[in-house]
Amino acid sequence: MNTTTQADMDAVEPLGFEDAIEAFEPVMGFEVHVELNTATKMFSSAPNAFGDEPNTNVNEVDLGMPGTLPAVNGKAVESAIKLGLALNCSIAEHCRFARKQYFYPDTPKNWQTSQYDEPIAFDGYLDVELDDGEIFRVEIERAHMEEDAGKLTHAGTSGRIQGADYSLVDYNRAGVPLIEIVTKPITGAGRRAPEIARAYVSAVRDIVKGLDISDARMERGNVRCDANVSLMRPGAEAFGTRSETKNVNSLRAVEHAVTYEIRRHAGILSAGGSIVQETRHWKEDTRTTSSGRPKSDADDYRYFPEPDLVPIVTTPEWVEALRAELPEPPAQRRRRLREAWGYSEAEFRDVIAAGLLDEIEQTVAQGASPAVARKWWMGEISRLANARGVDPAALGVAPATIVELNRLIEGGTINDKIARQVLEHHVDGEGSPEDIVKSRGLEVVSDDGALTAAVEKAMAENPDVVEKVKGGKLKAIGALIGPVMKETRGQADAGKVKEIVLQTLGMNP
Amino acid sequence: MALTTDALIRLTAAEMAAKLRTGEITSVELTQAHLDRIAAVDDTIHAFLHVAADEALETAASVDALRAAGGAEAESLHPLAGVPIAIKDLIVTKGQPTTAGSKMLKGWMSPYDATVVEKVRAARMPILGKTNLDEFAMGSSTEHSAYGPTRNPWDITRIPGGSGGGSAAAVAAFEAPLALGTDTGGSIRQPGAVTGTVGTKPTYGGVSRYGAIAMASSLDQIGPVARTVEDAALLHEVIAGYDKKDSTSLSETEYPEGKIPTFSSAASTKTAAGLRIGVIKQLQGEGYQSGVLARFHEALDQLRQAGAEIVEVDCPSFDYALGAYYLIMPSEASSNLARYDGVRYGTRVVPEEGPLTIERVMGATRAAGFGEEVKRRIILGTYALSAGYYDAYYGSAQKIRTLIQQDFDAAFEQADVLISPTSPTVAFPLWEKLDDPLAMYLNDIATIPANLAGIPGISVPGGLSEGLPVGIQFLAPAKEDARVYHAAGALEQLLNDTYDAPLWAQIPALEEVTR
Amino acid sequence: MSEISRADVEHLATLAHIAMTDAELEKMTSELGVIVDSVKRVQEAAGEDVPPTSHPLPLTNVFREDTVGHVFTAEEALASAPDSQDSRFKVPAILSEGDDAVPSGAPQEEGER
Ligand SMILES: [Mg+2]
Ligand SMILES: [Zn+2]
Repeated sequence: MNTTTQADMDAVEPLGFEDAIEAFEPVMGFEVHVELNTATKMFSSAPNAFGDEPNTNVNEVDLGMPGTLPAVNGKAVESAIKLGLALNCSIAEHCRFARKQYFYPDTPKNWQTSQYDEPIAFDGYLDVELDDGEIFRVEIERAHMEEDAGKLTHAGTSGRIQGADYSLVDYNRAGVPLIEIVTKPITGAGRRAPEIARAYVSAVRDIVKGLDISDARMERGNVRCDANVSLMRPGAEAFGTRSETKNVNSLRAVEHAVTYEIRRHAGILSAGGSIVQETRHWKEDTRTTSSGRPKSDADDYRYFPEPDLVPIVTTPEWVEALRAELPEPPAQRRRRLREAWGYSEAEFRDVIAAGLLDEIEQTVAQGASPAVARKWWMGEISRLANARGVDPAALGVAPATIVELNRLIEGGTINDKIARQVLEHHVDGEGSPEDIVKSRGLEVVSDDGALTAAVEKAMAENPDVVEKVKGGKLKAIGALIGPVMKETRGQADAGKVKEIVLQTLGMNP
Repeated sequence: MALTTDALIRLTAAEMAAKLRTGEITSVELTQAHLDRIAAVDDTIHAFLHVAADEALETAASVDALRAAGGAEAESLHPLAGVPIAIKDLIVTKGQPTTAGSKMLKGWMSPYDATVVEKVRAARMPILGKTNLDEFAMGSSTEHSAYGPTRNPWDITRIPGGSGGGSAAAVAAFEAPLALGTDTGGSIRQPGAVTGTVGTKPTYGGVSRYGAIAMASSLDQIGPVARTVEDAALLHEVIAGYDKKDSTSLSETEYPEGKIPTFSSAASTKTAAGLRIGVIKQLQGEGYQSGVLARFHEALDQLRQAGAEIVEVDCPSFDYALGAYYLIMPSEASSNLARYDGVRYGTRVVPEEGPLTIERVMGATRAAGFGEEVKRRIILGTYALSAGYYDAYYGSAQKIRTLIQQDFDAAFEQADVLISPTSPTVAFPLWEKLDDPLAMYLNDIATIPANLAGIPGISVPGGLSEGLPVGIQFLAPAKEDARVYHAAGALEQLLNDTYDAPLWAQIPALEEVTR
Repeated sequence: MSEISRADVEHLATLAHIAMTDAELEKMTSELGVIVDSVKRVQEAAGEDVPPTSHPLPLTNVFREDTVGHVFTAEEALASAPDSQDSRFKVPAILSEGDDAVPSGAPQEEGER
């Protein structure tokens, strides 16, 4: 009999990541819960809404009152089929709901209506793009429909479940439609395991957002990840014992939790210990996990087919009609756009990170070149947004405005510097770029008299520059542009300045 | 000439409705007569857990006012408007307590009406109150009620059947002309049999289950309780129909609305000529009292003489029906009753000693809130569904269900309706079987197959044995509820002709009975 | 003799969240044994080829429109609660952890919004 306890195991120092990866091959698995953005709950017509007053989005069904019966939200089923298709899954021709039974105060009927032996989608895959552009294929075991639980608030000194005096239950979230996506064991990730973990969850988030079936806000729990990790010695036949870290709910946390669990397992295994199969809790502050509930025979969920709901039969016509509604997969769209725009990988990654893909796509669609669109969105707009502490996309600049601004530059009405000022005035609500240029009198000075006077003044004040130009160093003209701009309050056209200098010196422009 | 209270309550519901329509009687008069009867006899019978006199009279007065005003509104009143009704306390009602016969729900007021209650209210039938039952409908004698047993009006030392003993006894004792029951394994039909009343278990899905407190979801069905076949059919017509809140209810395409009004016309056909009636070989003989079998064979003879064709049908898998039922029912019940945990509604019991945790509160609440039979079934169901046993028990039982359906399919190739005794015995003395669960379970041996297969069944009086009623059961294919009304209506007529009066005319005058 | 032991019944009572005394466990063990012995014949009747029937009638694809219906006020929701506080149902300390869809930790702060 093994006499090591969980406490003993938790006392073992985790191994360094590199050492861990040197000695072991990590195997990962993920269960991602996606909350759907339907108007109503999975099995009741109460609103599916976030952030409302406690227990105001419930009716007798959500409270599991005596005599109540569930009724399936058809839109949630269609969302599940769409997600299954987007995950390259087979869609079940016949599937049904089952009751997963366990007592818990946030679960009104003391069972969760879920799917067990017949999920709606199964056997799929997701190609996940890593930072360097490499594609890693994650195999999907299944995606099934179920309902969310209510929310507990633990009262007492700690605010945690341990040591709380009592808990309060808000059932607003009870019954919110969920799709749980379960991967097959992910092998061959090696040292890229944490990166793959983050990229996978990120890809799932992008897909559900692209399908518009979820708000996909991880900070609100719309997308929640349970990460399973186990280690095996290279060449071993069987997987090691796994731990399941629950509710790792940000992309960064997913990466860190996988890293930590690999290190923790490696530490224990290297010290000759064994891993206990258990759930673990992610602790954001220390970036570690702590021991939760061991798996035991108490995990007897007594699943059986939900007798109050009838099976779902999908016809090929129905599935194909839904497939026709699918948007282009996010990864494919990105590949297509990057190639079409000719951005470097680094440039494109920055655009994604800034969340400006849609804006740039629309700006290009309205006639700006990809380079111009990127210059504005990633440059001045981002700078302005940053200064004002908002997202660039939320600054209120329409793609058409960028196109208009660019037209003014190309037509010689304003120069780049003025254009930036115009943009700022636009953001401040002064109207369209053209209106701002007119009302503020910002047109480039093209009146030769005024400009020539300014150029002559600059030449007189900078005789050394004039000598250089005369000596054939045409680039030296640049040194005159600054003073001319100063004189004309920035409204001079640089090309014109150059022309006048050469004319004055009797040189060929 | 005005009718006496006693004469009023002994009318059939159809007669009451007719007299209300002609203005011969008022609904207030009729309702008050039943409330008086309840006041007079219910201390003895204990059919009611709650009497809603004020509400019933208010509804009655509204019907009378509409009738008096005449015009379109009076014209559009439901045919049964003003006829009072009692409701099994397993069916939730706004404004009246619903207990399911359990301490667990003592004092609980439902915030919503069951769909059948909405329909009863829409028909403006005064609701007299809520009737007694075995706790959460688990039992065949109403002795498992947390609020004390109901007594059989034919002999108050005997059980009224169960779980719907309250509804059956209320109707038999003339406390209500009509009542609603629920039938999971015979809880409408078996009480009907032992109290000499008529009870129907509709086709599964024919009546919405929304608001019927669930015992076993795939078996439960709400149905009518009455003194005549026609009355049962009329009430069935009130409550039938698709309900979007019950996903297992039959939609208009599955079960055309047009079929529902045929129940009462089928009931009034009253002829057995040409009916092919199948006698189920497995539902007679051993285990059935000789007096019950004697009445059953007399009924067969009468039907044959009246022109019915009697054939024997073989349903071999029925031998496994009781076993399958006592696995499926507790399995589903163990799940359905998990919600009673002292968190959201109902009773909460805090353990007297030890640490205060929700787990211990749930354990204490369920220990104190549930009676013995309920706990027995929860534990049995938990066992049948638990890891490693599912295939052997729940899985096997679901396969038996398939075999039983196949047996029925084959039998209905040979016959329009099937016939059997409803219950193997007449009403037995109170407390006789209470400590022997298996003996109690045998009461449902003949009624259970219909629930497993989802088909309609009816129990109709078939005479007396030892001075106690014997019930005859007819079964029909799914969605052919009209056929059970046709067959039962025919047999009822034959027996009325034989005895020269309805059977229930022989119910002892309860006022003279003392405990 | 039945294969159900007292320890089995104790485990079942734990799963079912019903507190039982020793005497109740004893009685339940013997009763359960008798009942299970009487029903277990079902295993012999149906072969591999017989499909199970979970629903008495073969309905499929019953769906609800995704439109909001009636909702309780917090007062209505809590009307029959044994205990409540701040528009929430109040329960004594929870020892065990929830399962699956239950984020016991993470979005807890939402409750304060
Ligand atoms: Mg899971
Ligand atoms: Zn889940």
